[in-house]
Amino acid sequence: MQQEAVVKIKPHKKYSLANFLIALFIGAFALMCLLPMVLTVIVSFTDEGAIMRNGYSFFPEKWSAYAYKLMFQGGSSVMRGYGISLLITFVGTLIAVLITSLAAYTLANKRVEHCGKIGLFFFVPMVFNAGMVPWYLICTRLGLRNNLWALLIPNLLFNPFNLFLVRNYMSGLPDSLRESATIDGANDAVIATRIYIPLSLPVIATIGLFYGLGYWNDWWNAIMLVDNKKLFPIQYLLLQLRSQISMLRDLQYMAGAGYVTPPSESIKMATAVITIGPIVLLYPFLQRYYIKGMVVGAVKE
Amino acid sequence: MNRMSPDKRRIGLVSDIRRNRFSYLILLPAAAYVIIFSYLSYPYIAIAFQRFDYRKSNIFQILFSGNWVGFKNFEFFFASQNASLVTYNTVYLNFLFILTGTVLAVLLALLLNELRSKWFTKISQSIMLFPNYISWIVVSYILLSLFSNEYGIVNRLMLSLGQAPKNWYTDASVWPGILVIVRLWKGAGMSAIIYLAAIAGIDSTMREAAEIDGANRFQITTRITLPLITPTIVIMTLLAIGRIMFGDFGMIYALIGDNGTLYRTTDIIDTYVFRALRQVGDPSQAMAISLFQSVIGFIMVFGSNALVRKLYPDGALY
Repeated sequence: MQQEAVVKIKPHKKYSLANFLIALFIGAFALMCLLPMVLTVIVSFTDEGAIMRNGYSFFPEKWSAYAYKLMFQGGSSVMRGYGISLLITFVGTLIAVLITSLAAYTLANKRVEHCGKIGLFFFVPMVFNAGMVPWYLICTRLGLRNNLWALLIPNLLFNPFNLFLVRNYMSGLPDSLRESATIDGANDAVIATRIYIPLSLPVIATIGLFYGLGYWNDWWNAIMLVDNKKLFPIQYLLLQLRSQISMLRDLQYMAGAGYVTPPSESIKMATAVITIGPIVLLYPFLQRYYIKGMVVGAVKE
Repeated sequence: MNRMSPDKRRIGLVSDIRRNRFSYLILLPAAAYVIIFSYLSYPYIAIAFQRFDYRKSNIFQILFSGNWVGFKNFEFFFASQNASLVTYNTVYLNFLFILTGTVLAVLLALLLNELRSKWFTKISQSIMLFPNYISWIVVSYILLSLFSNEYGIVNRLMLSLGQAPKNWYTDASVWPGILVIVRLWKGAGMSAIIYLAAIAGIDSTMREAAEIDGANRFQITTRITLPLITPTIVIMTLLAIGRIMFGDFGMIYALIGDNGTLYRTTDIIDTYVFRALRQVGDPSQAMAISLFQSVIGFIMVFGSNALVRKLYPDGALY
């Protein structure tokens, strides 16, 4: 009897029809996620003439890196937009993480008598939002229009959701930390910067990625507040590029190629591809910290 | 009010600030941000009941010398066919997204949980999460590589199969379907991971007990795992339904843009408000529509949360 039960508890064979079908379904979905992106990359490396003749194809007749050569030359608007996006993302994420984790410390500080009310104060904007019209009027009123500040400050610089994420993490740290530090003569500033923030680095990495991805992928601020072409971040440039051929002419002209038809199809896709670049670079971190934040934020433990 | 213990007497804000000077100091930047961009935005709602004048755009001028017109802006919006169209599209598209997204994400999570090969699980997860990180604009390019009229791979495929190519970007009827697929493509992986985390939280003795009783994998999945993650599914779905009045501007504008031929099936409240504000240049009209959305949305969010709290006391977000 006992032996039979033992045999039954180890039922799963590694290779069975069920396992195969499950793997097939998951694999098929993963492949469908991957293939369109692969196609985009391949098109960006396809010779323009080949696209004209055969359309986009997984197996191009002729490969070419001309689109990338055009893009990476100095002074092209794509490179400029890329630089602006990098700058905004870097500076914005840094400031955002700083003000969020500092405020989170206050919210998690049990010696602050009113921290419950402060929490409510940050919570109200999460449930009731007056929409884009007042937001737009406030931004223009503050002079956040046609400058780098307009890309940096509105919408992205602080998010209460991230505040609560860090607050919850800090609240989970043992109280004895604060007590023993206080006994040793540490004040709030020391406790925050030497104990709480260093111990919260995993969740700070998470919100850093939230903010960073938000900045990198943002074009809302640009479409609402920026008309000056020289300030367009890469995402907004990409949006414009879909309909505008004129910018491509500029590129071509600077390349000294005269007025040949610009390689518009491949350069479109090449711009899209380089826009994914930083995400690929940060992918291991995204897999580790971003997902953790998503899961914690979605399913309250 | 607080009668817990005498030493827990409430102290005033001022003395609290005096006692915790540093804590209140580091709170300032975040607090200022929320005051400026959220709390100060609430009085601006008044312009929904006015005819807005750009020369009087400061908040005092709006409140005290605004040109009040009552509910005219709302009447104008609701008298047009646009009101019902964009509201319907917003709700209908979100409904499709929630339904298909939940089904696929739960299915993926259950199957991922049954996968036996570690490396295969890892690789497929990494791949299916990738689209989640890229911007909707990049997605629009990927979509273009599939559906572009001249060069798109779908049309080329149809051509090689002897069928007439289709002009996808002018046929409004196919877009709800395309949007649903794109949405699943971009978001299902991440939702699946959230459900997978819920599955990982299940007490493993339950499965083991069922195994000893002779249940097979299919039975364990449908009778143990699925019922135990049902609270998570219900909570996530209810919270999503709470936000059904809010469309995804980024998605719709990046994929559809100003392509008017597709508005019939794809124009949502958020893109409509955007055009009223930035292209038509009528802040009052835009504010009225936006307020209509916010108020209904607010009621829905609260209602869904109350329901979640009633069903699962631990699960409510607020």
